Amino acid sequence: MTTAVAGERAAMRSAAVDYARKPRGRRITMHVFLIIMAVLWLFPIGYALLSSLRPYAYTQQHGYFSLGGWTLQNYINAWQQAAFTQHFINTLYITVPAVLLTLFLSSCMGFVLARFSFALNITLLGVFLAANLLPQQALLIPLFRMFRAIQVPTWINDSGTLLNSFWALILVNTAFQTGFCTFVLSNYMKTLPKELYESAQVDGASVWRQYWQLTLPLCRPPLAALATLLVTWIYNEFFWATVLLQSGDKFPITSSLNNLRGQFFTDNNLVAAGSIVVALPPMIVFFVLQKQFVSGLTLGATKG
Amino acid sequence: MAVTPVMTDTDTLEEPARGGRSRRSGRGLSKLSRGDRVTVWLMLGVPTALVLWLVWVPGLLSVVLSFARWEGIGGLNTIQWVGLDNYQNVFTNYPPFHPALEHNLIWLLVLFFVATPLGVFLAVLLDREIKGGRFYQSAFFLPVVLSLALVGFMWQLIYSQDQGLINQVTGGNTDWYGDPNVNLWAVLVATCWRQTGYVMLLYLAGLKAVDPSLREAAKVDGATESQTFFRVTLPVMRPINVIVLVITFIEALRAFDIVWVVNKGRNGLELISTLVTSNIVGEASRIGFGSALATIMLVISSVFVVIYLRVAIKDEER
Repeated sequence: MTTAVAGERAAMRSAAVDYARKPRGRRITMHVFLIIMAVLWLFPIGYALLSSLRPYAYTQQHGYFSLGGWTLQNYINAWQQAAFTQHFINTLYITVPAVLLTLFLSSCMGFVLARFSFALNITLLGVFLAANLLPQQALLIPLFRMFRAIQVPTWINDSGTLLNSFWALILVNTAFQTGFCTFVLSNYMKTLPKELYESAQVDGASVWRQYWQLTLPLCRPPLAALATLLVTWIYNEFFWATVLLQSGDKFPITSSLNNLRGQFFTDNNLVAAGSIVVALPPMIVFFVLQKQFVSGLTLGATKG
Repeated sequence: MAVTPVMTDTDTLEEPARGGRSRRSGRGLSKLSRGDRVTVWLMLGVPTALVLWLVWVPGLLSVVLSFARWEGIGGLNTIQWVGLDNYQNVFTNYPPFHPALEHNLIWLLVLFFVATPLGVFLAVLLDREIKGGRFYQSAFFLPVVLSLALVGFMWQLIYSQDQGLINQVTGGNTDWYGDPNVNLWAVLVATCWRQTGYVMLLYLAGLKAVDPSLREAAKVDGATESQTFFRVTLPVMRPINVIVLVITFIEALRAFDIVWVVNKGRNGLELISTLVTSNIVGEASRIGFGSALATIMLVISSVFVVIYLRVAIKDEER
């Protein structure tokens, strides 16, 4: 998870000195503490994995701490009972357009804010950034009514309104994420050397070309970091999907988890398998793109 | 959107040509050609319109509707304006409100006194170069990538009454998610499990940005490690402290997913956010009343939004 930071090497050097000076006893105490904490932290996921691999009948008979009875049947049952194929496709329908739209709109906005100065620069940035922090529930009532009132052709949504459509979710997710992404991208774009743009202007490049052909390729690092974060966030989004989609078959994966709960009886091994299936994509994203993920979260204001 | 994004003093990505940065990098719009001006207005206008339409307008409408009585059935002309009646009802005539307020407050205190200090402590331990540092970081951070809805679901394996781990081990019979005396605490344990790694990560980034010579100097002057941390390191990390604080407050205010997954925010798990939601998507949609609750949320959150903006944007104005 180490990321390149200016002055990091110096920090590491002094940290190494710290470390060497530390008495041995305290070092061991620290490691013991960290190991216990790490085991505690990994336990819920590990336990879910363990339960998911054994049948309900087996764990009932031998207890959850037993080993044996290994099977993948829970995964097959969970997948079918919760209709995971359908819900993963729904998640895809929402996440892919929302991420692309968010990155496009926020890079446009960030570009204008970074390259041009006008009276409302800071105000606009505030408007965008604050939008990210408002409690979503507080906006629910008007949004719900608005979406219900907006007529759309049936090829967009068969009920004829925006409510209960994927577009409603794509738009809401985009609107909520654009603020933070704009902030990050505009800060990054401000660090690009001015001379680049001066020579582009001499060559007569239009504003659009300066954005599309010059700025965007240089913004690959923050775009990659933000894309990683956005995929995870929108995949994990629960509230809007739950309230704006009324028919359960349109739910994305995160909102569809309740399908695994039986009306009167819940098979915990099935719940475990379902949890693991749903947890897997963001965990894979995290392990493969750890650097992007972490830098995205801590990215922002760049103070030299 | 369970994770609130953050800006810190650190830029963890490699920056192209830091030196080429200028204080006011922009230029005026007047020098542009007509085509370029249209492009700029579109690039600015479309995102702004979207954010205003889907975030700011609904926010304002929530405030306006909080002064109204409207069953939501007929057209807009069936709205009756009732002044502060809804607020009066919320405070005096709505039994779940006080528990909800209390639960949000407990939520805040637990995040503030448990998850945040633990996250800071882990960050301090992991800031030095130690064996297995990356492993520990990943372990603590792993829950952060999961949604709180999924976290609530996963912890059911530990909490459930008949098959849950705790009851199996202790032989008890507590319904951890169902019993109103304990379910808030059960949910908070799961929430802290996720929040701690997040705070840790933010502080790790903050600690990396602290000038190491400061700590060296303190050490030379004979300060102990904890003195160095509390007197030197923590004060210079002020921006990140403020941001983590704001996040703690905002997360406590808009906590929703995990509680909704467990029981839709009833029976010991009432939160302001779930009351708003139940008042609008439930059987009886009470729009004015729900909007009054929403407005209370907005007012509380606006305090922290302003603090956050001041820290984040101060950087811009330098």
